[in-house]
Amino acid sequence: MAADKARKETIGAVRRSFAPWTDPTKTPLIRFENVVKRFGDFTAVDHVSLDIYEREFFALLGPSGCGKTTLMRMLAGFEEPTEGRLTLAGEDLAGVPPYRRPVNMMFQSYALFPHMNVEANIAFGLKQDKMGKGEIDARVEEMLKLVKLEKFAKRKPHQLSGGQRQRVALARSLAKRPKVLLLDEPLGALDKKLREETQFELMDLQMDLGMTFLIVTHDQEEAMTVADRIAVMNNGVLVQVAPPSVIYEQPASRYVADFIGEVNLIEGTITQASHDETRISSPVTRFPLVVAQTVACKAGDTACIAIRPEKLRIALEPPADPSENLFEGEIWDIGYLGDLSIYHVELACGQRIKVSQPNLSRMVARPISWDDKVWVTFAPHAGVVLT
Amino acid sequence: MRKGLTWFNITSIVLGFAFLYIPILLLVIYSFNASRLVTVWAGFSTQWYWALLENEQLMDAAWVTLRIAFFSSLVATVLGTMAALTLTRYGRFPGRTLFSGMIYAPLVMPEVITGLSLLLLFVAVNFDRGFWTVLLAHITFTMCFVAVVVQSRLVTFDRALEEAALDLGCPPFKTFFKITLPLILPAVVSGFMLAFTLSLDDLVIASFTTGPGATTLPMRIYSQVRLGVTPEINAVCTILIAIVTVVVIIASVMTKRAENQRQAEERAAMTG
Repeated sequence: MAADKARKETIGAVRRSFAPWTDPTKTPLIRFENVVKRFGDFTAVDHVSLDIYEREFFALLGPSGCGKTTLMRMLAGFEEPTEGRLTLAGEDLAGVPPYRRPVNMMFQSYALFPHMNVEANIAFGLKQDKMGKGEIDARVEEMLKLVKLEKFAKRKPHQLSGGQRQRVALARSLAKRPKVLLLDEPLGALDKKLREETQFELMDLQMDLGMTFLIVTHDQEEAMTVADRIAVMNNGVLVQVAPPSVIYEQPASRYVADFIGEVNLIEGTITQASHDETRISSPVTRFPLVVAQTVACKAGDTACIAIRPEKLRIALEPPADPSENLFEGEIWDIGYLGDLSIYHVELACGQRIKVSQPNLSRMVARPISWDDKVWVTFAPHAGVVLT
Repeated sequence: MRKGLTWFNITSIVLGFAFLYIPILLLVIYSFNASRLVTVWAGFSTQWYWALLENEQLMDAAWVTLRIAFFSSLVATVLGTMAALTLTRYGRFPGRTLFSGMIYAPLVMPEVITGLSLLLLFVAVNFDRGFWTVLLAHITFTMCFVAVVVQSRLVTFDRALEEAALDLGCPPFKTFFKITLPLILPAVVSGFMLAFTLSLDDLVIASFTTGPGATTLPMRIYSQVRLGVTPEINAVCTILIAIVTVVVIIASVMTKRAENQRQAEERAAMTG
């Protein structure tokens, strides 16, 4: 128990202060420099520059076909960049074949060798390195223990469950202690509950092994949970690279705001742009809107406010605090999820916004019901101005 | 709807199998005939099988045939597998359509034409006809069958398996022998067996391309039958039928088993 607590405290300390990307003296482990990849006329990856640091858990997030997998496959060596440079620990990877790169990949389909048992699958990479038999056996045993599959060493892949196969694939890709572990949609085939558990296991594993993990996923929750930093990709371009909380709270564009989580976008015109305060008038409400943010715009520019549903509040009475931003509307629909209620509010202009409220007390009869006139408010620091 | 056997079904099955197998059955039965007269049954005997061992002409022909069948199907398997790999793997190289069309052409090409064109080739390059020309001809016409069988397996092969091997530090050549070949082996073996049986009973192409000293068993049988059917011929044919049957059964059982295993693996992968 004491050891557990001590371990947890160290991990906590490392996690709290881990931000090598803010430290200009640190050299990145992986550098994509203006990397372009074209397949015929199609540009899969378009001038991507990206630095990934040692011990980082980095996520590439985007819809299917956005180029995230191609980016990862270039690092593994299955694709060569059409233009640009890719370095790993200062070494240019151009022309280095996949079997000579110090990176290993966990495949989406797991790609376990069906004709080999669990042990042989894990030992496969080690044998290629001409490692001694004793050493291989010891490492295989260590890996089996790590993924808790000691009892299944002699089984063939088709005799395992999906979750077990996923662990074998993980053990196999970790066995060679690569400089970087690449995970291609590693949890896609697992059911929701197992997936959530495994996400936390992956995080602990990455911490304990002190390795650099690069994960490709289209599941934003997964990326938010596991990653130190997320790169959001769209159409082969990096849209934003930042820690999960920044991606969520300060999205750089409408695309990011919309892609990550739920968002209400309120269009308007900037009436005043001063330090730490932007005033916007919008056709959706007769009240002026204030956002506590400095923007590089001037009065008269069009802009939009992105506001998350959970940062809006809903009430039957107008608020007492005059500094709050205010909308008037009517309840259009209510979704009761148990822990939360989602209110769809139709504003006077016809636009509908989503408000989510935690159901803090047990109340069978709802205080707010269909067709009620409601007031929706948010604090100046709750929204983000996007141009 | 009524399932099971109706009178119609039973009749069709009996008629169909009778049509296919009565001639063969007759041949097998008469190979155990004690009489020298083929059409008169005179009691059970295995004497003609023993007589076969004395018949040097037939034994020689059988030996030539077996050697040709073995070596031609071996080479055809290697070449056919390579062709199948190229066709499924290396994307759209210039001339791919032409190449894939050309590899399948011998499947539908009349044997007479294949035989004749090979004969012309051997005459043109002044190649002495005999064992080697029959061997080459058999490689040519059985290779495409191997390619078809292997290709159908490769289409469903998960390339990620090879990528995983490469990723784990295994060079491409070694990956082929460690990962790809073991997994497609059932298809390669059934390709080999198919080629073997095709070569074993080929008469037309062998007759065109053979020369002195390289008479295959089907050719020997054919020439002897023209002088009258002997019980010895019946015996040798029975042995031939037995070999082909065994090989075909092994090949189909292997294919079936590999197919079942793959399906089980896929099912497991789907349900997780």
